[in-house]
Amino acid sequence: MVERRREWTINALLALGLLAVPLLALLIDEPFLITLATRVAILALAGVGLNLALGLGGMVSFGHAAYFGLGGYVAGVMAHHAFSGTPIAAGLSGSDQMLVIWAVAMVLSGLLALVIGALSLRTSGIFFIMITLAFAQMLFYFALSWPAYGGEDGLPIFVRNSFPGLNTMRGWDLFILSYGVLMVALAIFAMLRAARFGAALMAVRQNPDRAAAVGIPPFGVKLLAFVISGMITGLAGAMMADLTRFVSPAMMAWQMSGELIVIIILGGVGRLFGPVAGAAILVGFEVFFGGITEHWQFFLGLVLLGVVLFARGGVIGLIAGRERHG
Amino acid sequence: MADPVLELDGVSKSFGALRATDDVTLTLHPGEIHALIGPNGAGKTTLMALISGRLRADSGCIRFRGQDITRLSVTQRARMGLGRSFQISSLIPEYSARRNVMLALQSRQGSPWHFFKPVMHDASLLEPARAMLARVGLEGRASVPSAELAHGERRLLEIAVALALGPAAFLLDEPMAGMGAEGARRLTGFLDDLRREAPILLVEHDMDAVFALADRISVLASGRVIASGTVEEIRADPEVRRAYLGEEAT
Repeated sequence: MVERRREWTINALLALGLLAVPLLALLIDEPFLITLATRVAILALAGVGLNLALGLGGMVSFGHAAYFGLGGYVAGVMAHHAFSGTPIAAGLSGSDQMLVIWAVAMVLSGLLALVIGALSLRTSGIFFIMITLAFAQMLFYFALSWPAYGGEDGLPIFVRNSFPGLNTMRGWDLFILSYGVLMVALAIFAMLRAARFGAALMAVRQNPDRAAAVGIPPFGVKLLAFVISGMITGLAGAMMADLTRFVSPAMMAWQMSGELIVIIILGGVGRLFGPVAGAAILVGFEVFFGGITEHWQFFLGLVLLGVVLFARGGVIGLIAGRERHG
Repeated sequence: MADPVLELDGVSKSFGALRATDDVTLTLHPGEIHALIGPNGAGKTTLMALISGRLRADSGCIRFRGQDITRLSVTQRARMGLGRSFQISSLIPEYSARRNVMLALQSRQGSPWHFFKPVMHDASLLEPARAMLARVGLEGRASVPSAELAHGERRLLEIAVALALGPAAFLLDEPMAGMGAEGARRLTGFLDDLRREAPILLVEHDMDAVFALADRISVLASGRVIASGTVEEIRADPEVRRAYLGEEAT
């Protein structure tokens, strides 16, 4: 009980802290900090997606960059065609509306996750890690070698896509939009975890034989979680493309998949606010140590090692203790 | 006699040259405890895996509640009402005793495809889970993670989980394994009553329990049923004495 209250406290602090930083930045006129906070929110959103598969379902996907990158390319390609007034294909026009782009990004990411999941969830352990990596690398090389949308040079988004009622070119507006989407995603994660679906998913992770023996289909439960996971990460990709106003194959590279896993491990695998804590640490290190040395990842590696060796539950686990399912 | 709940008809399974299950025919009727005994390596575990669906039979037919289930998955068989316990306790380690039972209850009530209502506020899961735990005497340990329960308590929780499925038949794989004399005696009394709820196919090494409980016994050796009958018939069967009971028969 004490642990649970402590987790609620740290969750609330993280939520408020992520809101306070850009507010402060607004007061002292540091737009750079607002961009950083937006980056944290969007990376955390991508992490919430992965956390559903990895944290609750135990599916260590080393290929979530595929959905992140696909979402990014949906935003880039649709904006590109809306800007130039050309159709994407016969009868299909682009769009500069985020809501439309998000819907397309989520549907396509979900379909991609359905195909990849259906094929790779027949394996587990190291084979699953390698197969998801292989699929993501296939998409990476495809994006790299497809000249229509910039190939290895990537594709710029000249005018940030718009959202009704907000001026997305203003940093604060884009932040509050990203923050709002992150909070909705966290609410959905919490809801799924507490419901029968979450109970089944976490049971399948721990003991698939037992789950099957009480009538839960392990494959189906994992596949659905994998699809929802891909959709959330795909949405984050579309938003990241709008933040940086640029998409490139790098969004699909294995380093991106690794970064998402690092976010989850740092924050706390399966913990509701784990991705928020993890993304904040990652971006914080990048900025703080990145300003001192270009080898900032060395320090990140040290912290990661410390977490894996001494704090298996990540930052959240360190503070709030182990999770208990009463 | 009423129609059998579970019926195996000429079921065989080979692993390479080894015939682990060889033309096994047996039935489980309402209200009975049918014990399956045999020396180590006789094929009891393989047979249980064939019935539960973890393994597929090479030939033969398995019928449950009048339906052919030979090709159905573990999940489908469980949902039809085949409740099983595992030889080595197999629970959800991080889940409390209560949540292990609730997991079985939720699939009995439908499917895992519910996305909104929190399970911990769901009286249709909490109430029956409390009742199941009380039946096996674990109500005081409801919120303890199953990994932290004592061995005997885990065996009881296995039974509670099987009960929660509201099964039409129980497959119990060595439920007494590793239990002390007192625990085994209590469990024997419990299983004695349980048969009225649903018939039990019981694999067990504890011969006192088998002879006290079983209405019928089938003896397995090298994958074949070498004898089948009442406790008295099995005790008297010379082939059984030679194959298995040899040193244990009194």
